[in-house]
Amino acid sequence: MRALLIRDLRLAMRAGGGFGLALSFFLLVAVLVPLGVGPEARVLALIAPGILWIGALLACLLSLDRIFALDFEDGSLDLLVTAPMPLEGVVSIKALAHWLVTGLPLTLLAPVLGVLLHLPGPGYGWLVVSLLVGTPALSVIGTFGAALTVGLRRGGLLMSLLVLPLYVPTLIFGAEVVKRGALGFDTTTPLLLLAGITLGAAALLPFASAAAVRINLR
Amino acid sequence: MELVVRDLAVARGGVRVLEGLSFSLSAGRALVLRGPNGIGKTTLLRTLAGLQRAEAGEMSLPPEAMAYAGHADGIKPTLSVAENLEFWAAVHGTVLTGAVLGAMDLAALADRPAQSLSAGQKRRLGLARLLVSGRPLWVLDEPTISLDAASVGLFVAAVRAHLAGGGAALMATHIDLGLAEAAVLDLAPFRATGGGFDGIADGGFGGGFDGGPAGAFG
Amino acid sequence: MSIWEYANPVKFMRLSGALLPWVAIPAAAALAVGLVWGFFLTPDDFRQGSTVKIIFVHVPAALMAVNAWFMMLVTSLIWLIRRHHVSALAARAAAPVGAVMTLIALITGAVWGQPMWGTWWAWDPRLTSFLILFLFYLGYIALWEAVPDPETAADLTSVLCLVGSVFAVLSRYAVNFWNQGLHQGASLSVAPGERMDMTYKLPLYLCMVGFALLFVALVLLRTRTEIRARRIKALLARERMA
Repeated sequence: MRALLIRDLRLAMRAGGGFGLALSFFLLVAVLVPLGVGPEARVLALIAPGILWIGALLACLLSLDRIFALDFEDGSLDLLVTAPMPLEGVVSIKALAHWLVTGLPLTLLAPVLGVLLHLPGPGYGWLVVSLLVGTPALSVIGTFGAALTVGLRRGGLLMSLLVLPLYVPTLIFGAEVVKRGALGFDTTTPLLLLAGITLGAAALLPFASAAAVRINLR
Repeated sequence: MELVVRDLAVARGGVRVLEGLSFSLSAGRALVLRGPNGIGKTTLLRTLAGLQRAEAGEMSLPPEAMAYAGHADGIKPTLSVAENLEFWAAVHGTVLTGAVLGAMDLAALADRPAQSLSAGQKRRLGLARLLVSGRPLWVLDEPTISLDAASVGLFVAAVRAHLAGGGAALMATHIDLGLAEAAVLDLAPFRATGGGFDGIADGGFGGGFDGGPAGAFG
Repeated sequence: MSIWEYANPVKFMRLSGALLPWVAIPAAAALAVGLVWGFFLTPDDFRQGSTVKIIFVHVPAALMAVNAWFMMLVTSLIWLIRRHHVSALAARAAAPVGAVMTLIALITGAVWGQPMWGTWWAWDPRLTSFLILFLFYLGYIALWEAVPDPETAADLTSVLCLVGSVFAVLSRYAVNFWNQGLHQGASLSVAPGERMDMTYKLPLYLCMVGFALLFVALVLLRTRTEIRARRIKALLARERMA
């Protein structure tokens, strides 16, 4: 298990694309939105929580197809399925590796982009907290989407169609935490609900993901 | 350790290709599968390795006893030869030794990234994975593809050592390996005779609709 | 004889063929009577005027939009547990019908909302939930279309349906949390002051029965078509092998 995590992280580092692409994409979203919406600080401050969460979500989505596609193409996935570890564990590790190379860096970059979008002062802490709590759910749910479409041609577009509706609750609660935090309101309820989704998804979805991988390899 | 397969039926893409297949393979022996393209050699090997479900029949060994090597070697191009093997060794709870590298003549290549290897060298790397898996039954699909005569010699020597150590090997190959321990199994007599196409078509439609397809679909 | 007998395609074809007119004709009759009664023979509402009459399409369509997904969930479970092909095909057949019902609910909701709320679209929790449900339908249908092997497609879509059901319910609560909404309460609820008159209730019930029967008829018809399509495919595959 640990060997798999180390291997996936090492592969992400060496391939380069891992960190860089998702982060650049996130930056681009934060730059393009003011260009489209206009420079008025009041408007930007109002939409900043939502834009930052959507940007993080889309950046996360961008790299999902790499979770299984490369291992599927070079035959590693076959070998991992026949290896002496539970496939549920394998998909969980893959989700964890994905989070470490996308979700976590996105969380760390988000406050910087908050400045670009005039996020109100109290919002920064909640932005980091909500992304830290919520992005693991994005990786776990995304791993499920990747597992459903592994081996399909044109799987990327289909995967977005499958994964984005599943992201709805995470997005709503995550953005709500930042919105409330930025206005100085109590964030306990949405934060707990967000944590609930992350924990529930991490506990249950690997079974569905592993089932989908097995079905796709048949 | 003995593999006994009884009355096995396997399907590819919902179409049954082999049925009524029975054979046994004991420790220290090798079995070579023969048959024209498309008869179902790969399907049979994948079924034995646990990558797909058998349609019918039973086998005496669980997939956990088998080390599967398919057409793709599962090599990560950005990892070095040693890193690739160390990963699979860690997955299988063994360690990579110099003897393994020596057996496939990879010692000199150990620190080279796998992407710089030739096709034959990659294949040797893929076969070296069998040695670190520590599993008793090798299930090999065209193991000698892209190997030159000297490398085939290395491969045969490795198989022989594996058999002498109490292992067994089941392989689909077209070339004569000169392996005295190997028996040959011709799959042609087990070709499926057209029944069991697809659950929906045959499971219930045995007698056709109301006296034949024309009656219901005409 | 157990109910699983009808999971056998031949038996299913025979039974559904016999059943189809008995569902389709009452569906047409209930809809014709219910809609004419509802549209032309009920008085206008004292507040909402004749606009309220869109309820006779909106509510039954919304009801079937949710029920269709529920039916897909049940048939998907049956497929995963008992591997009856008819069950998987029924789920596949129900999806586009459910998606269209969702779309009808959304469009009639917009038409109703325009004079009431003064806007064609409001991000009201109920409407938003239905929009999200529509996205779930689209994903489910797209996955069926994208996977070439029918058995693999049935397995994958069933897993998606299971997971999607959980997330659809989560989304429903999340959306409620996100916006408390302008939508009136459940149309048939007996909240004081919102009580609906019998003159509306009876034709509405009739329309609901009509939509339910229409749904059953369409799903039966589409399942029959799916079975035939699969049969043709299998025959062609057999010919190629021979």
